[in-house]
Amino acid sequence: MENQEAFDLECTGVSKEFGTVQAVDDVSFNIPSGSFFSILGPSGCGKTTLMRMIAGFENPSAGDIRIKGKSVLNTPPNKRNVKMVFQHLALFPMMNVYENIAYGLKCIGTDKATIEAKVRDVLDRISLPDVAEREIHQLSGGQKQRIAIARCMVLDPDVLLLDEPLGALDLKLREAMKIELKLLQHQFNTTFIYITHDQSEALVMSDHVAIMNEGRFEQIGRPEELYHKPTTAFVAGFVGDSNRWSGKVVALNGDRVQITTDAGQALWCPQRAAAPLSVGQSADVFIRPEFIQAVRKGAQTGAAGQENAIEGRVDSVLFNGANSRVLVRGPSGELIEADVVVTGGTDDLRAGDDVRLDWPVAQSMCFAT
Amino acid sequence: MRRSMKITGVIAAMMLTTASYAQAETLRILTWGSYAPDELIQKFEKENPDIKVEVTYSNNEEMIAKLRATGGAGFDLAQPSHDRIYAAQLEYDIYKPLDLSKIDTSVMEKSLLEGVKENTTIDGEVYAVPHQWGTSGLMKNKAMAPDVKSWGDLCDPKYKGKTSMRLKRTILLGTAFAMGENPFEAYSDLDKYQQILDKVAEKLIECKSNIKAYWKGGDDLSAMMLSGEIVASETWDSTAYKLYDQNKDIVFVPPETGALAWIDTFALPRKGKADDAAYKWINFVLKPENVSIMSASTGAIAAVKGGLDLLPADKKAAVNAAFTAADIDNLKFFANIPPGVEDMEGKTLEKIKAATGE
Amino acid sequence: MQSDIKKLSLILLFAPFALWITLLIIIPHMGMVVLSLREKVAPRVYEFGFGNYIDFINEPIYWNTLLRTGSMSILVTFLALIIGFPIAYYIAKIAGKRSRGALFLLCLIPLWVSDLIRAFGWILLLRETGVVSSFLLWTGAVNQPIEFLYNDVTVVVGLVYTVILFMIVPLVSTLDGMDDAMIEAGYNLGGNGLTVLRRIIVPYAMPGIVSGCIVVFMLTAGSYLTPILLGGKNSSWFTEQIYDQFITRFNWESGAAFGFLLLAFTSIVVWLGLRLTGQTLANTVAKQ
Repeated sequence: MENQEAFDLECTGVSKEFGTVQAVDDVSFNIPSGSFFSILGPSGCGKTTLMRMIAGFENPSAGDIRIKGKSVLNTPPNKRNVKMVFQHLALFPMMNVYENIAYGLKCIGTDKATIEAKVRDVLDRISLPDVAEREIHQLSGGQKQRIAIARCMVLDPDVLLLDEPLGALDLKLREAMKIELKLLQHQFNTTFIYITHDQSEALVMSDHVAIMNEGRFEQIGRPEELYHKPTTAFVAGFVGDSNRWSGKVVALNGDRVQITTDAGQALWCPQRAAAPLSVGQSADVFIRPEFIQAVRKGAQTGAAGQENAIEGRVDSVLFNGANSRVLVRGPSGELIEADVVVTGGTDDLRAGDDVRLDWPVAQSMCFAT
Repeated sequence: MRRSMKITGVIAAMMLTTASYAQAETLRILTWGSYAPDELIQKFEKENPDIKVEVTYSNNEEMIAKLRATGGAGFDLAQPSHDRIYAAQLEYDIYKPLDLSKIDTSVMEKSLLEGVKENTTIDGEVYAVPHQWGTSGLMKNKAMAPDVKSWGDLCDPKYKGKTSMRLKRTILLGTAFAMGENPFEAYSDLDKYQQILDKVAEKLIECKSNIKAYWKGGDDLSAMMLSGEIVASETWDSTAYKLYDQNKDIVFVPPETGALAWIDTFALPRKGKADDAAYKWINFVLKPENVSIMSASTGAIAAVKGGLDLLPADKKAAVNAAFTAADIDNLKFFANIPPGVEDMEGKTLEKIKAATGE
Repeated sequence: MQSDIKKLSLILLFAPFALWITLLIIIPHMGMVVLSLREKVAPRVYEFGFGNYIDFINEPIYWNTLLRTGSMSILVTFLALIIGFPIAYYIAKIAGKRSRGALFLLCLIPLWVSDLIRAFGWILLLRETGVVSSFLLWTGAVNQPIEFLYNDVTVVVGLVYTVILFMIVPLVSTLDGMDDAMIEAGYNLGGNGLTVLRRIIVPYAMPGIVSGCIVVFMLTAGSYLTPILLGGKNSSWFTEQIYDQFITRFNWESGAAFGFLLLAFTSIVVWLGLRLTGQTLANTVAKQ
């Protein structure tokens, strides 16, 4: 249903080697027009190299990069209609705001009146109409951020690359900028490719996220898919928080798999349709803290009879408002995280309480290792 | 109590040793390069264990400038040329009179001693005695420029681009002689001297296109001469003698109007502190056995009786190859420079340097 | 009490600088001014007056030499910038981290030998019977030896060689401080190589360029050995003029006046240069 023309950016089999180091390994993906696409991965996973290849600062060792359907492999960076917001923004300190934004327009030979109009227009759109004559060092962190985006957007790029631009900001501003970026993307309706190692940035803003590890894409999908239906152990471990056990498959029961952890604990999880597990395979089991229910031992529970249950003792309570958790020391000494509600009343769990942890089979995930 | 006595004793002993060290005085000599060879310094210090010799190498102009800057302090013995005593003393008061009784003048060549005394006597006091003498003249490569015999030959178009000179007063005076003038006599009439200088300047400016480059020191002159880049040049005799060692074709030529002779002297700076040591050094270097060592180092002839014979054999050969007895009789000793002449000459030299020769 | 201590430590911190400035800069220069205003009327007799400066104005040789020195120094500065900038750029931006130090050191090597030795090095290379001329003869490119020495071109080459380091060092340090992303951003936003150089790299490096130029110009105009040793029959340099006044002509008064004129002249040129590039001295120094 989507034809070729609708992709702003297509990468097919893109690889990059630096000497013996394989920085990017056979990466393929398509990004539809007007979407917010994030590449999420730990530092050193090759995401910056991938971005630099798209911008034209590096040449791929193999594969093809197409923008609006046209290969750009032989196009120098200044001729690609891909603009980039750098990690430290790289605003030109010797020019004022107006000159920074006008720079790109001057490079393509736009006449003076048009430049003036376009700069005013883009400044309006980022809600900073009065800063044109300011020097860069007079701007706040958030303003610089927006100027850096405006400097690119005034050129009407096919794709805007953002290389962890929020990294240098403090936490509060970062939270605000996440929302702002998303709004700006909607407003300009341009394809944004956002590179980050911070999963909350990627999950909050993106239409699609690619999880990158060791030069490869592990999984591409919508944020909630990645969270709830990870296809690899890496994604399950990297996206969101989860408890993890290693063990062996001991039994198959229809659509369920029984795994005995290295400590001897038996856990159930659903069989994976894509890559079914078989008896004797070693596997990892993941469960997210929010699906674990922690109940004081001996207390009455409404939802009894969950298949997966572990007993333990509360090691500590991590109070964080709505996101409060308990750390429970399991039978083999491992620490398990579980979400709890801390009301401040006498029913709250306290360190030293004996608890039972249980969770539904459907929410646990297991992957062959 | 006893301890403090002990300390006093130690201090007293230390002071005594310091005092005996203080007796060792330093003789600070301001002289020409190679005029204080290490061999002689070591010998002198051995003979006079309480004297330490320090040497600063310089030239006439810098010697006077240094002494002028301090009013004659900082050095105990200076060795300017004989023509640089009188005016400098009148103008800047940088020397003190010599006590001739402390110098063994009997060993000195009579004519040179009398000449220097005559030139450096102010108000009946003598300010300098001779040490060594030498000449400025020409040098030629016999194989390539056999005819060079006058100062003016440096400007001979035959040798276009193959001659050199130093743009200093020597060439002004030499050229003046070559033009039939006697600049030393004109010293008493500065207007006349200026006229001579103007004529000389005109001639040397004309000559500029003939010159390859003005040499600045013995090293660049030697290099140009040895490599054959130039075939004739104005020179110090000692430089020519050194080159004769390496290439028997390169000889010193006393110009037909007479080589210009200079005498380097001994003079005491006005605020010198080691006069006795200075006298000791003067008498020491004039001893025949030391003269040979000195002349071997400097290439100049000592102003002692039979000074020429005390030259090392190779130098003697070079001198004999250059000078006949008639040439020696024809020497023109630099006359005392009256005040103001240096300025006139300086201006003339600037004019020549600034003129576009080509 | 506390503030007294603070004041005292401030004074102590400031003292070496103040001493240095006063003893080694201000007092000698005052002495020079006084000296330059003395006119010699007879041996050991002097009068106060501007005669030495008037002499300078009345004698075309003097001010021609000063103008010549000035214009050649500007040429040397310009050449040092043109040659030094790519070198500095290579060291700061292109060379690998490891080779950068080595390259920088390589640039410093000429400083380890004295001016005199360096000038003699050039003489050995360029003289008529020197290395270059002999090599050309040997290859048959020329059929008789060529004299490269003793002309203004040699002086300029020798000076550029001597001073270029002082251009490279400040340039490397400013360029080193420049984020590579700035250059990439320049390209990314559509600039070609020339635009990036003209609109981003050069303006960014301006403080380094200006301070390098000031240092190089001052060093060149005040240099002595290189122009004297490499220069030809007609190449006068103003410092030589000063030396001659002081040493050969024993005319300290006019030497002092010349020294002052050189200082004033170079200061004016530097000031003009700052005005033309729109930089301030403070800006140039502070950004280093």
